[in-house]
Order: sequence, then structure tokens, then C-alpha cells
Amino acid sequence: MTSIAKPPVSHPSARVNALGLTLRDYEGGMSTLCAGCGHDSVTAAIVQATWELALPPHRAAKMSGIGCSSKTTAYFMKQSHGFNSVHGRMPSVTSGAAAANRALTYIGVSGDGDSLSIGLGQLSHAIRRNVNMLYVLENNGVYGLTKGQFSASADIGSTSKKGEANEQAPIDPVLLALTLGATFVARSFSGDKRQLVPILKAGLAHNGFAIVDVISPCVTFNDHEGSTKSYAYTRAHEREEVHADFVPLTRAITMEEAASGVSEVPLHLGASVRLHATSSDYDPTSRASAYAHVAACHARGELATGLLFVDESSRDMHLLMHTVEAPLVDLPFEQLCPGRAALDALMDEYR
Amino acid sequence: MSGINDFAFKMGTVNGTGSASANGLLMQAIFRMGIPVTGKNLFPSNIQGLPTWYEIRVSKDGYTARPADVDLVVAINPASYAKDIATVRAGGVVLYDNSAPLDPTLHRNDVTFLGVPFGRMCNEAFVKDRDRTLLRNMMYAGTLCALLALDMAIPEQMLAEKFGKKPKVLEANIKAIRLGHDYAREHFACPLPFHLERMQATDNAILMDGNTAVALGALYAGATVGAWYPITPATGVMEQFKALCEQYRVDPATGLHRYAIMQAEDELAAAGIVIGAGWAGARAFTNTSGPGISLMQEFIGLAYYTDIPAVFVDVQRCGPATGMPTRTQQADLLSLAYASHGDTKHPILFPANPHECFSMTVQAFDLAERFQTPIFVASDLDIGMNDWMVPRLEWDDAYRPDRGKVLDAEELAQLPRFSRYRDVDGDGIAARTLPGVGAKGAYFVRGSGHDQHAAYTEESAPYQEVVDRLARKFAHAAEAVPQPAFHLQDDADIGIVCLGSGDAAVREAADMLREQGIGVNVMRIRGFPFGAAVRAFLDAHERIFVVEQNRDAQLRALLAVELGVPRDAMTPILDYAGLPLTAATVVDGVTHHLVGATA
Ligand SMILES: Cc1ncc(C[n+]2csc(CCOP(=O)(O)OP(=O)(O)O)c2C)c(N)n1
Ligand code: SF4
Ligand SMILES: [Mg+2]
Repeated sequence: MTSIAKPPVSHPSARVNALGLTLRDYEGGMSTLCAGCGHDSVTAAIVQATWELALPPHRAAKMSGIGCSSKTTAYFMKQSHGFNSVHGRMPSVTSGAAAANRALTYIGVSGDGDSLSIGLGQLSHAIRRNVNMLYVLENNGVYGLTKGQFSASADIGSTSKKGEANEQAPIDPVLLALTLGATFVARSFSGDKRQLVPILKAGLAHNGFAIVDVISPCVTFNDHEGSTKSYAYTRAHEREEVHADFVPLTRAITMEEAASGVSEVPLHLGASVRLHATSSDYDPTSRASAYAHVAACHARGELATGLLFVDESSRDMHLLMHTVEAPLVDLPFEQLCPGRAALDALMDEYR
Repeated sequence: MSGINDFAFKMGTVNGTGSASANGLLMQAIFRMGIPVTGKNLFPSNIQGLPTWYEIRVSKDGYTARPADVDLVVAINPASYAKDIATVRAGGVVLYDNSAPLDPTLHRNDVTFLGVPFGRMCNEAFVKDRDRTLLRNMMYAGTLCALLALDMAIPEQMLAEKFGKKPKVLEANIKAIRLGHDYAREHFACPLPFHLERMQATDNAILMDGNTAVALGALYAGATVGAWYPITPATGVMEQFKALCEQYRVDPATGLHRYAIMQAEDELAAAGIVIGAGWAGARAFTNTSGPGISLMQEFIGLAYYTDIPAVFVDVQRCGPATGMPTRTQQADLLSLAYASHGDTKHPILFPANPHECFSMTVQAFDLAERFQTPIFVASDLDIGMNDWMVPRLEWDDAYRPDRGKVLDAEELAQLPRFSRYRDVDGDGIAARTLPGVGAKGAYFVRGSGHDQHAAYTEESAPYQEVVDRLARKFAHAAEAVPQPAFHLQDDADIGIVCLGSGDAAVREAADMLREQGIGVNVMRIRGFPFGAAVRAFLDAHERIFVVEQNRDAQLRALLAVELGVPRDAMTPILDYAGLPLTAATVVDGVTHHLVGATA
């Protein structure tokens, strides 16, 4: 099997974004995933989000590990560089790339196996480093590509296709990220594009590590009754406390809005996210209340979704490392090499 | 050995008690007297409390290998007295602390015992416990100055340079060194028969460890991303790189860094960071040792298969497993050469000393980008952590990095189509693009099967085309890596092959064998894959010895596998005890075999 390119047809009526590009321009190769796989819907949401943001495709880099989910970076933004690395290690590769060239937009796609088992350490440390990237975790509770073994996100009691129940406690990437100090934490559902697209856009605009846990059902191995990661189960148990709208440019929040339960959180480069709270006591800028909310939902058998936490004062990896503004790859050699005279002088210190 | 400017001595002390600075001071003072000198730190994997040794060899002829025996030992640590006293050659000297009486069973009739009450004198002269411990080292340094005729003005000057801003500390150190010195003058016949006399042989030399030299190489080559996970004996590389970057790479206007040093969560991540940065266009490197190399395997194969430049510095230590972390070996040769699963092979550079650590690190970055592949610099603990006397490092301001085949936006525009892995020039190296250059240059890096267009494939022919190209590329590297260094004699018919830090001992051994009437030619391998010159040397000698510091004759295995030379036509001389190689080991290896062969 070789990769399949989509026939390039452009509709004369197709709408264009600020760069004059159509949605089609943000698509990639034809998906080779199973028909109905949640991951394909996430791909579509990424296409939509990047198109709406008018992200220059060649200034984005698509990063992934290994798994059905990780394959999907080939299915969007064909004009972007992509890097399908090794299983569970995309965070380090992205850290290195981002260190070298901070001017690109990094979009990482991973799976629950890739992120929560083999790659748990790398995910944790990318969070600590606060790498400036969008990290989409396509969470289906199983290892799709190796044919349906339970992953570390499988809930206790959730059953496999053969009926076997998982007995080990799950790792919830949202609680994990909140605990580790992640500066942008969201959860969504592949079947809920209305919620997912603005979250992805906000995550892309965030200055730091933006993790989005997307429940993305595996139709082949984990969409049956008894699974807690199926379409039906997720639809029935999803609970969105705060709906997020992405706002490209900041403007002052009026008192009126504040009073009506709408708040605005500034993101990077003037963009912001507008949050519509359905209950008044939830504060998505408070890590503690986000954690409490997600944990309370768990206890009730519900799945907390939405933009759950954002730290407006996030200091990304480069701020923490005090690197120059210009990408390191753009620095001229003269600025890097101290030259002959300096070496000569230095040699006298080694005598 | 044993004469004017030709002897060795050894200090047996306790780890963590500050002896390192006194020992370093002595070595540097001898160097400043213009006399060739080598220092080897033989230390335990421990922070405080275990026996540790420092050996200093003085050689008017410039031999820098570890000495086979010592003329004098300074026995300061009762825990290692027995061992220390036993290592002195017959006729040598034991300098010991006689504050407490020496166990009579340790006495030897064939050596001279010189007792100095270091401990008691320290207690009398200094009040603080810490001073009493630390300054005892300075005191024995003073005694050695008197016994060896080391010009006291030099260490005193060095102490002034070091403690100029701390007059109290300076004063205490000077007091200690003089107390030790004066005691020796009053009680012993100074100097000893073997001692120092000024020379002029170090004017163009420096004293530097290999890890510092690697760091300087990375700085000068323009490396901007360094990723690592701490491990002995490699740690010094990144610590020095950081210190150098703080000195030379901080934007004066903003205080911001023109570098990124990332202490990763483990060696896998360090490798991933280097590969990500290399893919994005930075010169990136990691420093590690054997255990780290083991962890990096999967990523090394990824970089190999996807043509990504990366520099890996392996400061080898004693394996397997944790092994002996503070002992030296050359036992990672096979695991570097063929690192990772599947068909993989990698160029390796073998510096023999800190001078080559500098030049070869620069070259490693050039080769990594030119060949778009992982390049290994195989140093070792002896080179990396000991101070070596080497020629001053030099830099040519005309140097420009060899970035290899990288297409910029203009070049891309002229192409009908960009195919990432198409071998246009027949050298196995395809042009790459850096992310961000433009839509036309975009491609997908994948560790899964891919064709010359970087597209996914499970078809045999396009898959094979890519891996065959990689083999071609590797073959081309044979003449691009550093070529062997030869040490030849007119009429020799025996060939000795060595590499890395074994160089000094092997060249000294060649001279010793010559005196016994055995002529040998030496070839020091400096790069892998092996070029035509390596093959020619092997073919030109009836008898070949391969000297290396591992149990399994790994260099010999590589020569046999890669060049097709019959394995048994090469006689291994192996030293895997963990200490730097001595010339005596090589001489014994050769003569034993020759005797065996004629008997
Ligand atoms: C080192 C290594 N071990 C095992 C595998 C096999 N493997 C490939 S994908 C995968 C699991 C992927 O699961 P997940 O990340 O959840 O992705 P999904 O397929 O479910 O989207 C495994 C174990 C591998 N590629 N590499
Ligand atoms: S196996 Fe599951 S995760 Fe993989 S493509 Fe099919 S449905 Fe998607
Ligand atoms: Mg999965």
C-alpha cells in the first residue's frame, strides 16, 4: 500500500480565508483509517481550525508518534512539514525542533497509548518544559494500531470487544496535565466539532503547551456496548460546563458580559478566548477549581469537557530558557563562533 | 624511567577531601616549569569517603601514557596504605603521614619511608576542621616541592591567581604549602635523586581535558542546541558547553541566549531533542556514555533511516550495565557502529586526546550535516576527564560550517518537484529542506517504509532503493571521516593497530620494542567506516596486532567484518581492566606472542 493523494479539485465557489486559501488547501493525503474512526473527525476539526485561523501551512510543523492517531498528521495540511517519529517520543522531537526554530507553529497529534503508556514520561516533561505547541491526544481507550489491547486510559470496568473487563485504574490526561502544571488543558469529543474547533484554535494561539484530550472512538475495537470510550457512551456522559469561543483579537470585556457569565481570557498575540459559563462557580483560570470540577464529574460518572483550564501568564519554553527572539536556526555563524582571537586568549587560561 | 624529569608519583587520598586541587596544582606547576607532564585521576564512583588516587608522570621525552609503576607514593589515606605502599617500585620512596605510627607489617625493606606529621602539623597550624582536612593536601604538595625540586615560586604564584580575591584563604594555603616544604628541607636530603629541572618543552602546549575540548568544538562549530542527561564521565561536556555559552553566546544588548541547553528527562529524550533540532536546521548534539547509548538506540535508527543530522558524543566508561562508571574502556565500538535495530551503520570519529576532541567535534558537525546522518564521537573517560598536555588549540577564521545539501526557497522554486530522498548526485546524499521554507519543500519524515519521495510505502523496490542509497552514503563516508595516523619505522614488518586514547601507550611501546630490536609500524584508526588506507596497512604487514581496551576485541571484529580481513590474521592485545593503557602492557603483549610463535 502506498499513500494516496487526493485529486486536486478546487471548487470555484469555495470560500477562502485571509490568506486566500480554501479549506481544501488545509487537507492532506487520503485517510487510510477505518471508516467512522473518530480520528478522522479530529483531522477534519484541525483542518477547519487551521483554515479559520489562516495559519500559513508552510509555517506549521506536524508532529506525531506511532499509532492510528499518530498517522493522521499525514491527513491534514499537506503543505506543512511533518514528522512521524517513534512511539511515545514525539514530545522530545518537538521540543528540539521548537528549540531550534521557535517561529513555526507546532501541531502534535498522539494517541492514548502513545501518550499515557510508552510516552508518559515524555508528555510529562514537555508539559514541564511548556513547549509552545498544540498537543492533541486522540483518546480511544485502546491501542488501535496493534488491534485493540486496553490502553492506560481505559476505565475500570470498561470491557474489551471480547468482553474482558479492565481492572486497572485509568490515567486521565486532563487530571495529569493539571497536576503537572500544564498551562492550557481542554477536553473534547471527536463527535462534537462545535466544541472542538474553537478549542483547537485557542490551543494554537496559546503561548505554551496546550493539551487537548479528545475522546475519539475506535469503531473497530472499542465502540461496543460496555466500552466507556464509545460514541454512544461519550455522548451520554459528556458534560460541558463552559463553552469556549475563540476570539482572534482582544477587546475590552464589558461589565455586561462579565455579569452574564461570559468571561474573556487573553491568549498569545492579541487573541483571546471567550468563555460562556453555564454555572457561575466555575473558574477556568483556577487550577484548583478545574481539578475539582473534573474530579467531581468523574465521581458522578460524567466526563468533563470544554476548555477546562488556561493560565494567561504562561511562560513558554523559550521564556524559561531565556533564548533570543530570533529562531536559533536563523542566527548567523558570526554570532555563534567566537573566532580565532578569542580562542587564543582562552588558551592562556589552560596553562 | 627514574631520573631527572623522568619519573612518576602517586597520591593516595580520600575522595571529597580536597586533594584534587593540590594534585592539579602540582601537575600544572610542573607544566609551568616547561616539563612535559601527565596527570591521571583514578577515582571511585563516590562523592566522599572512598580511596582515590592521582598519578603524575613527568617525562622529558614527552611520553604521556600512564606509567607502569611509580617512584614515589604519597600515602595519606590509611585505608589504602597497604595498596599504596605495594605500588612503589623497588628503590622508590613512600611519603606518609607519621602523625600516627605506621603498622609495622606494612614495612618494606626495598623502599625509603619518609614520614611527615601532616595531620599533627595541620592541627597545630589551623583551627577549623575543614581547614585541617583541606590544607593537609597543600602541605604534602609543599613537601613534594622540596623533595622534587619544584620551584616554590610557581605554586605560590598559582595560589595567588586562584585566591587573589580571598586573602585569608590565600594566606592559609601559602602557610600550609610552606610548612610542608620547610619540614622536608629540615628533615630530609632534598631533592631526591629523581627530581625536576626546568625545561622549555611546554611553551606551545596547554593542559586540557577532553570534555572541555569537545565543548569548545561544539561552541566553535556553531552548535546551538545541546541536550543531555547527566552521566559520568560525559557530564563535563555539557557543563563546559554551558559555561562557554554563558561567556560567548549571550546577546550583549538583551542578555538573551544564542543557545538552548536542555537537560532532558532521560537519554531517549535527549536523543529526540537532538534529532528534532537537527531536522529543524540547528546544529545539535548530545553527550552521554554507554548506558545512554543503549537507551538512544531506537532514535539513532530513526535518524539514520530518515537522513537527519545529529552528533552523539560517547565518553566511554567500563561496561556492561552500570559497570565501573569511573573507569575507562573502549567497549562501545560495536554498539556505536551498528546502533539500532535493522540494517544500520554509522560513522564514528575516534579522538586520541583533547586536541583531537576539539577538531573532531567540529568535523562531526560538518559530517553530520553533509551526510545527513548521526555521527558519533567516541571519546573515553581517560581522554574526557583527565588533563592532557596537548598543543594549543587553533582556529581558522576562514572556517564556515558545511551545511550539506540544503535547498533554500529560491533553489526549490527552480525544481519541477522536490523529492526528499532522490539521489541526484549518485553519492547517496539527497538534498533536504528545512521546515518553514515553503510549501514546495514540505515533506513527511517517517520512520516507516518510505520511497524516494518520502511517501509511505510497503513496496519492496522503492523500500530497497532507499536503504541501498543509505548503504551507498555510508560507503562514501569512509574517505570523509578522519584518516588513520601512522607512526612508521623503516624496516618494520609488524603492524600494530590501535585507536583513541591507546595512542600514547602504543607509540611509547613502539619505541621500547625498537630498543629490544623489534621494529613495529603503528596505525591509529581515527574514523569509521574504514577507508582504503586502513586496508592497505593491514595488507602490507605480515603480522598485525590490534590493541584495544575491551574484552571482546571489538575493533578487530569491525576490521574483519568491514574489510574482510581474516579475523585470526590479527592478534588482539586487550586491556579491559578499566585503567588507562600502559606501554608495558603493549610491549608484553607483543613480546609474549612473538616468543610463543617462535617457541
Ligand atoms: C517501541 C514500539 N513498541 C511497540 C510498537 C507497536 N505499536 C504501534 S502503535 C501502538 C499503540 C498505539 O496506541 P495509541 O497511541 O492509543 O494509538 P491508536 O492506534 O489507538 O490511535 C503500539 C503498541 C511500536 N510501534 N514501537
Ligand atoms: S483501528 Fe480503531 S483507531 Fe485504528 S483506524 Fe480503525 S477505528 Fe481508528
Ligand atoms: Mg489509542
